[in-house]
Amino acid sequence: MALLRFTQNIQRHVACPARQIEGATLADVLEGYFRQHEQARGYVLDDQGKLRHHMTAFIDGNQMRDREGLSDPVAPDAVVDLVQALSGG
Amino acid sequence: MSTRFHVATRKGLFTLDRGASGWSITQTSFLGDNCTLLMHDARSGDLIATLNHGHFGIKMHRSRDGGANWTEIATPQYPPQPADYTPKATPLEGKPAEWSLKLVWALSPGGPNEPGVIWCGTLPGGLFRSEDGGDSWNLNRQLWDDPRREEWFGGGADHPGIHSICVDPRDARHVIVGVSCGGVWKTRDGGGAWEPGGRGMRAEYMPPERAFEPNAQDPHLVAQCPSHPDVLWVQHHNGIFKSSDAAASWSEIDGVQPSAFGFAVAAHPHDPDTAWFIPAVKDEKRYPMNGRVVVNRTHDGGKTFETLTQGLPQQHAYDLVYRHALDVDESGDRLAFGSTTGSLWISENAGDSWQTLAAHLPPIYAVRFEKTP
Repeated sequence: MALLRFTQNIQRHVACPARQIEGATLADVLEGYFRQHEQARGYVLDDQGKLRHHMTAFIDGNQMRDREGLSDPVAPDAVVDLVQALSGG
Repeated sequence: MSTRFHVATRKGLFTLDRGASGWSITQTSFLGDNCTLLMHDARSGDLIATLNHGHFGIKMHRSRDGGANWTEIATPQYPPQPADYTPKATPLEGKPAEWSLKLVWALSPGGPNEPGVIWCGTLPGGLFRSEDGGDSWNLNRQLWDDPRREEWFGGGADHPGIHSICVDPRDARHVIVGVSCGGVWKTRDGGGAWEPGGRGMRAEYMPPERAFEPNAQDPHLVAQCPSHPDVLWVQHHNGIFKSSDAAASWSEIDGVQPSAFGFAVAAHPHDPDTAWFIPAVKDEKRYPMNGRVVVNRTHDGGKTFETLTQGLPQQHAYDLVYRHALDVDESGDRLAFGSTTGSLWISENAGDSWQTLAAHLPPIYAVRFEKTP
């Protein structure tokens, strides 16, 4: 299972504890997390399910590539970091 | 008379109360966060604040104890875009309006006989309705799916949006909305069918042969006289317009000095001939004429205007007043407005004189009195 961690900045709005989540792609991992933490969904994804404009993810330290489909592969022991861009504040 | 109002700013929500010694800030909420709009529901006493967190999107919070405590509630969500739908490019931008919430731009309680109903206008142009005080929202598909909606285009923003929602106190099914840019639209059956308002508004930014097209107009704000709901005042991109027949037709009010440009307008709650405007240099500059903050008031339905200055800065003041940043209370005597540079003024004599309440607030987006029904 991948370890999904969230930027500290989101925590004052909605608690997003790090969790081990099953999933082969970034989309799978996020969906798995939001099923357990529904309130966090709207803080990370917009109303069309797209990653918010000023959010991004790193998978084992590498920036994600597919912002449209979130299809980036996630290895079983990967660490996924959800971070906010410096822009957009 | 109202003794409390709220000020939504770039860095939080401020509440002012009138005590024995006058007005003061008595409460702050969401300090540091971008609070773009506030609604007070006179029927329930609820407050609804809209926050735009930038990175984390738009959220709504509700308070049922006057702003002491807030709870996050549902935010309007656009439904999934149909797979077989190909959006049309807007006429000016040349690309389709995005199908996703960009800004909450209007919040209005429904009628007195429909508790819990709230209307919400948004960018990119969706009108939402809640029937449970904001716990859930539904997009009004009749307006959103109208092919004429796809003709709307952005005004100051990149997306078109609904900034004004006027619910007729006599019949809550009669709703009039203002769209930048898309003119004024109205429904007589609570949102089942929509039609654009009549002709009379004029858009200088359009080709001459299309200047009077109702769906191409840029009303900056539509204000309805609560006791005479067929009377509507519009501060438009190209001037001031008035309707006395519930948006069936519009007439332009010419020769307003120092300027007919601006964003804010307030309609008197009882007198259909009285309204207030805050003029500015048109339209790409947007600052008070000659650095003087003034309020224009008409008492005769727009035939003449007084320019009110007492208590307002008259030199080197560059305060722009956004469309939701002027309000009048239920008596018509108390008005408050705030500016992009964080100044806040109140009048307790219908605008004859003004008092500065703050000069260093964050940029002010909205000023809203708590009114009794």
